[in-house]
Amino acid sequence: MNKKRLILGATGLNNTDNPGPGIPVIRSIRESGRYDLRVIGLAYETLEPGIYMRDLVDKVYQVPYPSEGSDVLMERIAYIQEREGIEVLIPNFDAELFTFMKAENKLKDLGIRTFLPTIQQFEERHKSNLEAFGKKYGVKVPKSKPLTNLAEIPKLREAFDYPLMVKGKFYDAYVAYNDEQVQMHYNKISAKWGLPVIIQEFVRGTEVNVIALGDGKGKTIGAVPMRKQYITDKGKAWGGITLDNSDMLALTDKIIRGTKWRGGMELELIRTPENDLYVIEINPRIPAWVYLAVGAGQNLPVALVELALGNDVPPFTSYETGKVFVRYSWDMIIDLKDFEAISTKGEI
Amino acid sequence: MIRLKKNIAVSDTGFVFDPSTGESFTVNETGMKIIGYLKEGKSSEEITSLITQEYNIDPLSFEKYSQDFMDMLKQYDMLEYEKEV
Repeated sequence: MNKKRLILGATGLNNTDNPGPGIPVIRSIRESGRYDLRVIGLAYETLEPGIYMRDLVDKVYQVPYPSEGSDVLMERIAYIQEREGIEVLIPNFDAELFTFMKAENKLKDLGIRTFLPTIQQFEERHKSNLEAFGKKYGVKVPKSKPLTNLAEIPKLREAFDYPLMVKGKFYDAYVAYNDEQVQMHYNKISAKWGLPVIIQEFVRGTEVNVIALGDGKGKTIGAVPMRKQYITDKGKAWGGITLDNSDMLALTDKIIRGTKWRGGMELELIRTPENDLYVIEINPRIPAWVYLAVGAGQNLPVALVELALGNDVPPFTSYETGKVFVRYSWDMIIDLKDFEAISTKGEI
Repeated sequence: MIRLKKNIAVSDTGFVFDPSTGESFTVNETGMKIIGYLKEGKSSEEITSLITQEYNIDPLSFEKYSQDFMDMLKQYDMLEYEKEV
């Protein structure tokens, strides 16, 4: 059988100790064997390990950070598109999603299809809007408050008990036990991710996660719950196990049905000792542990590609419980000329 | 009546896995036996009788240990309570 030709673009090649989902997404699509695949990696930094994984990524272009402006990024994408003819692009960074969502029509004009959440879906699930999200969709969420200046910190005691969580709008989360610690984390987070910094009630319990894919019409195409078994000091899963938990799946369905979620999603949940599930974050993209879902029987990246191509995708009906992933680190040896190429020419 | 939750998986090497929480444990031979009896729906009196017949332990001493074990299973949310008909 002739395989369908697919030219795929993907970001998030930073397969570091705080990994982007790009490499596991590419690996999932490549290993499906479904496509005659050419992968175009888009990298922000010259030492993103995925740049040098030549068995997974065929060609890599360096792209400017979205913070440098949407026009600069789109100009670079147009240059790449002229040479490569990308058919489907999967952006994998929270910080770049807004830019790519805004540029959806421009990308379409270039012949590049995406399958991303709508701006409304993206905005209303923001950590700073989580309380309103909980009310609107009838899900439990921790109390939260966006902070935009240090003077608000002493007043936090009126509304919150310590400890509480201090979070960046895209990444980073720290527990704080007093005002001084809030201030320290506020300064660190705001310098890195900007404002607001989000204060969130600390919900005691076990952190569990769900990876899911919504078809944009209210249907869940796939969902796999997971519990992190080994967590790095950055809070990232370095090992995890798939769960058989109907409550988590029902909550995922409720959110996808209510929001008519379009695209990949990661739900970060806390299960309390009373077995209540609190939504602490909704990440609007496929998470880096996606390969566990693939190993358990749901190749969600392939389903996402098919949705982006406008094809009907039947929902997955099962997955294997008790599948475990264990991440590891691996040293690659690269030639200086490769590093030189990406550093000077911006492509390799 | 107390029972082990139906979805709890126990291997013949004593590896216990709760698929709804992802918790896993290892238990020794006696623990495996007790869990096996709980899975079969045996009451605590029946379990005491079976274990004390098989091992050199009197019912009173066994019940002390088995209560600790049951408390641990309860703490890990592995038990369910079935209404007697």
